[in-house]
Amino acid sequence: MPSIKQALSSQVGRKIMTGITGIGLMFFLIGHLAGNLSIFGTADAFNIYTKTLMDLGPLLYVIEAGLAFFFLYHTVLGVSIWLGRRKARPEGYNTYKSKGGPSHQNLASRSMIISGSIIFIFLVLHIIHFKFGADYTTMIDGEQARDLRRLVLEEFQKTWVVIGYVFVLLLAVLHLAHGFWSAFTSLGMKHGETSKKIQVTAYAFSIILMLGFIFIPLYIYFTGGEGSLISY
Amino acid sequence: MSKDMTIHLKYWKQAGPDAQGYFEEKTLNTVNEHMSFLEMLDVLNEELQLEGKDPVEFDYDCREGICGSCNLVINGQAHGPKEKVACCQLHMRNYKDGDHITIEPPKAGAFPIIKDLVVDRSAFDRIIEAGGYVSVKTGSAQEANSIPIEKEHSDLAFDYATCIGCGACVAACPNASASLFTGAKIAHLGKLPQGELERSKRVVAMVDQMKEEGFGDCSNFAECEAVCPVGISISAIAEMRKDYVKAVFS
Repeated sequence: MPSIKQALSSQVGRKIMTGITGIGLMFFLIGHLAGNLSIFGTADAFNIYTKTLMDLGPLLYVIEAGLAFFFLYHTVLGVSIWLGRRKARPEGYNTYKSKGGPSHQNLASRSMIISGSIIFIFLVLHIIHFKFGADYTTMIDGEQARDLRRLVLEEFQKTWVVIGYVFVLLLAVLHLAHGFWSAFTSLGMKHGETSKKIQVTAYAFSIILMLGFIFIPLYIYFTGGEGSLISY
Repeated sequence: MSKDMTIHLKYWKQAGPDAQGYFEEKTLNTVNEHMSFLEMLDVLNEELQLEGKDPVEFDYDCREGICGSCNLVINGQAHGPKEKVACCQLHMRNYKDGDHITIEPPKAGAFPIIKDLVVDRSAFDRIIEAGGYVSVKTGSAQEANSIPIEKEHSDLAFDYATCIGCGACVAACPNASASLFTGAKIAHLGKLPQGELERSKRVVAMVDQMKEEGFGDCSNFAECEAVCPVGISISAIAEMRKDYVKAVFS
């Protein structure tokens, strides 16, 4: 029977791994949003959340390494599949049109490489922007901690930052709308009634999740960081 | 008698596998709505021959939608605009007077063009050779009910077995993947007790061969299902993936 290496490099293995890493990243996004929403909690809530993560110490590095691995693996597979299509069809059609019906060819599925690439670039900038951004400090329970909340509130009052974030998050809606359904399909879901329900769930999941993410910069921007949802 | 239609054709011409291809155009004024698409091409070739030109080569055999020989990409859609219809069974009544039709061969690196609209689909044969069979002495036909098979399984096996190997799935896939064809062949045998013994060996060999032939990866576009003239579902690809995972851990 095939070795794990052979299986992972087979066309079936590559698709299954794209699905597994994609599902892993979706779980991460749910956790990320839950954490972000603590910005609307008490004045210290967001900084307590970030401090708790920082206090994990070496465990945090392990989690970060795992996340980076999932993200890079997903990206490498996606780019490699996209590059493979040029090899598999060196000369394209003069005219090409989807037949519709059961086809899942749409704006979301056809733009996975574009939305994915932009999300990848965004992720690098996002980490530089916040993780390695201005290192303000505050006191939490008598201990010195990073005041990431202040940085977030400051940054999301800059027009270009908010436009950039909202743009990428809208692209992420597209990426997830196909990715969510496709991940289940890659993991063996049949193309029947369940598949239709999963597609509807995929739209709902991606829209709700991304609205949650988008709400934060927009709220801070339009209230100047002084809206009633933000406690001081 | 129905009125003749005028159809403006634009079709791919290519002298041989390594020759540079190009589009040629011709207007037909005597297209009848009762003609099949291939009969319309017969009319085109008659006119071309009367003009002393080379006819356009295209693949066909049964013209009944069962052999899988025809596989034209018509206005960007494999087998043309109708669902679950091979282009030999596509009739000109689906077009109207004055329509423009572009005809291209299925394009994939694994399907090199032999001439004009004819491509070499022997890559499919090699996928079958890799494992799409049952290695038992068949002898003469057995009593049909001697091996009990659940109705659900025999129905599914039959659905997958209806694949005629035309290659429309590859032609329409944005990645030129052969996953639907390969999946259908694997799922068809995997659903029957006769295919069970070689199940793991078969899936691994056929999936490897698919890659070896230069077909692309599947991206779950499901366009293959939309163009399949016999309507094979991408559930066949799910069956292939499940069998592959089982083979890895067996």
